[in-house]
Amino acid sequence: MVMNFLHDRQTLYLFGGVLAVLVVATIVGQLLRWRIGPNDVIANLNARIRAWWIMSAVFAVSLATGGIGSVILFAILSFFALREFVTLTPTRPADHAALFWVFFVITPLQYYLVATKWYGLFAVLIPVHAFLFNPSRIVIAGDPASCLERSAKIQWGLMVCVYAVSHAPALLMLNIPGFEGKNARLLFFLVVIVQLSDVLQYVWGKLLGRHKIAPVISPSKTWEGFVGGVLTATALGGALWWATPFNPWQATGMAFAITMMGFAGGLTMSAIKRDRGVKDWGATIEGHGGVLDRIDSICFAAPIFFHMTRYFFTP
Amino acid sequence: MKRVVASGVVGLARVLAGGNVRRIGFTPDERQRIYFANHTSHLDFVIVWSALPKRLRVLTRPVAARDYWANGVRRYLALNVFNAVLVDRVRSEATTPNPLDILLDGLGERHSLIIFPEGTRGDGTHLGAFKSGLYRLGQARPDVELVPVYIDNLNRVLPKGEFAPVPMIASVSFGAPMHVGDGEEKADFLDRARNAILELRQW
Repeated sequence: MVMNFLHDRQTLYLFGGVLAVLVVATIVGQLLRWRIGPNDVIANLNARIRAWWIMSAVFAVSLATGGIGSVILFAILSFFALREFVTLTPTRPADHAALFWVFFVITPLQYYLVATKWYGLFAVLIPVHAFLFNPSRIVIAGDPASCLERSAKIQWGLMVCVYAVSHAPALLMLNIPGFEGKNARLLFFLVVIVQLSDVLQYVWGKLLGRHKIAPVISPSKTWEGFVGGVLTATALGGALWWATPFNPWQATGMAFAITMMGFAGGLTMSAIKRDRGVKDWGATIEGHGGVLDRIDSICFAAPIFFHMTRYFFTP
Repeated sequence: MKRVVASGVVGLARVLAGGNVRRIGFTPDERQRIYFANHTSHLDFVIVWSALPKRLRVLTRPVAARDYWANGVRRYLALNVFNAVLVDRVRSEATTPNPLDILLDGLGERHSLIIFPEGTRGDGTHLGAFKSGLYRLGQARPDVELVPVYIDNLNRVLPKGEFAPVPMIASVSFGAPMHVGDGEEKADFLDRARNAILELRQW
């Protein structure tokens, strides 16, 4: 697998591209700091760029170690995202045992199913088995107070942070004729388009943003930023078609679906944060808030991208 | 070996409960201190200990209940890794040394202590009344700074009566150091100390 990766010229091009973008971003960030001097926005920008370097390096290592590295990376992301989610969700002492199962049995099992490519159980473990198990375990603990609400919140966290996210490394289990051994590029495509779309929406919003989409939920999201970001990220996705099993139009369509779902994910998770009265899910990554702040778009985009690819491109 | 275990424990504590460490009017340094915190979980002192810089951890000794920490792995961790000061929750005989003397002895000339003046674990929402030990320590060692510490959310990681922990983001807030005032009454000081923790709650 390691050799595959190094010998796969197109994947190396993709990583070369990311490296070039990061180098340019770092130079621009340092130039801005040098020209304009100490400034909160620029300090935050530079912190974000530093975090991007680290995240890209981790991602590169996980891809280079083959499928298992990516599965482990996303399992860890799920674990910490769920930890952030449950922290901000009111639970009662009677939920303790159910939560223990959620963190230490269901989450690892879901990723074990990804690693062993057991699609049948992977698809139903959380929406069926965990869905029925959790409320039962909660009720056995004997506290009926708002028991529907507690089960629903735990299930929702599990669906978003674990089930949805696990569809990203699950891209590696798809058998696409003529694309064998290159599935890591699908994962790369998903992550790059989601992140580009986030960044470009932010940039277009700062440049042209006038009309807010949902000012109460996320004051920084504007129609100008949304349209500009979605269009440029979709176009860039189309331009990356050569690295995917898709033709240029298919790649454009996939990128469009990814950006729309990413946007929906970001907005929905913002609404939940706002309801809980916080700005960030955590403070794990300098300049980026918590893990869930970084992967909220992937949560929504990964399952849709996975199923579109599975439905249209696998026999 | 001790260092490896210590890093392992700190790493585990961070994965399970790692979160924000806030310092409000407090700068960590090698001065002798008594950190006093609200008590909601057996993991309390581990998380306070982990929130301190590495060089201060070797100088900081948690005060822990002998009955919980006296056997097996816990004993090893308490005595060898945390260098804990073990005290009896219930003073059995008049012949056993006074707990205050055990604490003063544990403090010595260079160590700091972590204590929980409520005595027992609360439910995480209510801060109980303080026992007088903190006041007596403050009187006996006026040179040692008393630092209020508020631990938030750790009761959800390991609630009273549960065996297995669940990961959750807990936060530890250190407040401004205080002393027992000249001629200050016991009740007044304990109120002041308790309020110092309650104030940290608002951060």
